Amino acid sequence: MAFKGNLADFSTTQILNLINLARKTGTLHLFAPIVTNETIMDGQGKKRPKVIPGKERASVCFKEGQLILASVGDQDGNLANVLHKAGKLNTEQARVIRERGSKYSDKALALMLINANYVSKVDIVQSIRQHTLNIVFDVMGWKEEPFLFEENVLPAAERITVPIDLKNVIIEGSRRLQEVKPLEDELPNLDFALKFPDTPGDKFRGIHLGVEEWRVVSFINPKNSIRQIAKACNMTDTEIRKVVYGLLQAGLVELVKSPGMQPPKPPKPSSAGAFQSTAAKRSMVERLITKIKDV
Amino acid sequence: MPMQTVKMVITGPFSAGKTEFIRSISEIDVVTTDESISKDSAEFGTKEATTVAMDFGRITVDDDLVLYLFGTPGQRRFDFMWEILAEGMLGFVVMVDSAKPETFREAKSILETFRAYAPTPYVVAANKQDHPEAWTPEDLRIALRIEDNVKLLPCIATQKESVKNVLLELLYSILEEMDT
Repeated sequence: MAFKGNLADFSTTQILNLINLARKTGTLHLFAPIVTNETIMDGQGKKRPKVIPGKERASVCFKEGQLILASVGDQDGNLANVLHKAGKLNTEQARVIRERGSKYSDKALALMLINANYVSKVDIVQSIRQHTLNIVFDVMGWKEEPFLFEENVLPAAERITVPIDLKNVIIEGSRRLQEVKPLEDELPNLDFALKFPDTPGDKFRGIHLGVEEWRVVSFINPKNSIRQIAKACNMTDTEIRKVVYGLLQAGLVELVKSPGMQPPKPPKPSSAGAFQSTAAKRSMVERLITKIKDV
Repeated sequence: MPMQTVKMVITGPFSAGKTEFIRSISEIDVVTTDESISKDSAEFGTKEATTVAMDFGRITVDDDLVLYLFGTPGQRRFDFMWEILAEGMLGFVVMVDSAKPETFREAKSILETFRAYAPTPYVVAANKQDHPEAWTPEDLRIALRIEDNVKLLPCIATQKESVKNVLLELLYSILEEMDT
């Protein structure tokens, strides 16, 4: 099913995480924002200008939760250009191939280039992979674009797609996000601890962590607050936030309350009737259920 | 035997559908403290009225037991009311407007705040599922990072059966918690 929104409310990282976890297939379209004179309300009841989608700025395709292709408005996804940008073709080669190869599909052109020993299959796969990643990392920094995810919409069959694990993209993309404020919004309290998920499944398979991530991972324990881990790793608040944010977004760790955190206040008894016992409370809840069924 | 009163709190962001939810099931006309939105207000033009203190609905079970439903004001400037309303609650429902992703962050924040007030069971109601742009409950679960053990229920607050289902699921969760 399609979903839409604005990156100001739901970031690219969050969208990628959703697509990864739900193993979605489809295409994410991102549009230039057009600010209108109309207003909408946010969740706090604050007024803000309504932003509507303009021209498409980028599209990113996914298959069963994996990134497979991306294109951005001002970057031609033509195979010759991609290979040229990756340094696999020189300027003259790229120009000639663009001129003569325009009538061929990407797949046909790739086959011709491989047969002519211009490039190898590995060159093509790596170049497209890097091209796709560069676009997605760029898109992860966008902040106000309207978006639309169309389920089961895929690139044309003649396009070359390269499946890329989204978890690593999320970690690397988060690593590149330099803004401190969003990180503070996402992770305001460093007194929480971290734990590994109870059902990690294959989340950790094929993960490439950097040195700093590994240092943090080595201290993950429900008894250690994030603040304590930062101290042990000699990291600033911002540095630890960046690392933990990436791990959280990839679903590799979960937040839990550390032993040092205050437990929530116990509820005060109802003014009109404290529950005398579990049996009495159970009876009361069962009466409520019966009543609501009959309403 | 004195009458026992219990309460459930219906919370969520501005315009999530809390008042409608209570209105659909309450046996009395909802006692609402909605105020008309003035022309000078930021909310003017989006809703005719907004809840400034609380909504209040009632379901009488029998002579001995009454359930009160309290709806919280959605706007942050009235959040001093939240802790008061949360005191002694049996459980709470977090309403989310499934078609307004601009409110998801606030919904998550409200959920966390109420969880901190009291460790009572709660459910999340993915409201306005009849809206053509509604996010599915499955996508909302991921978007709001709701744990798998928390019920996230499709809801249309204007439909009584849908509201009944949400309240029943909350009550079942309360029973389940007693068993653990």
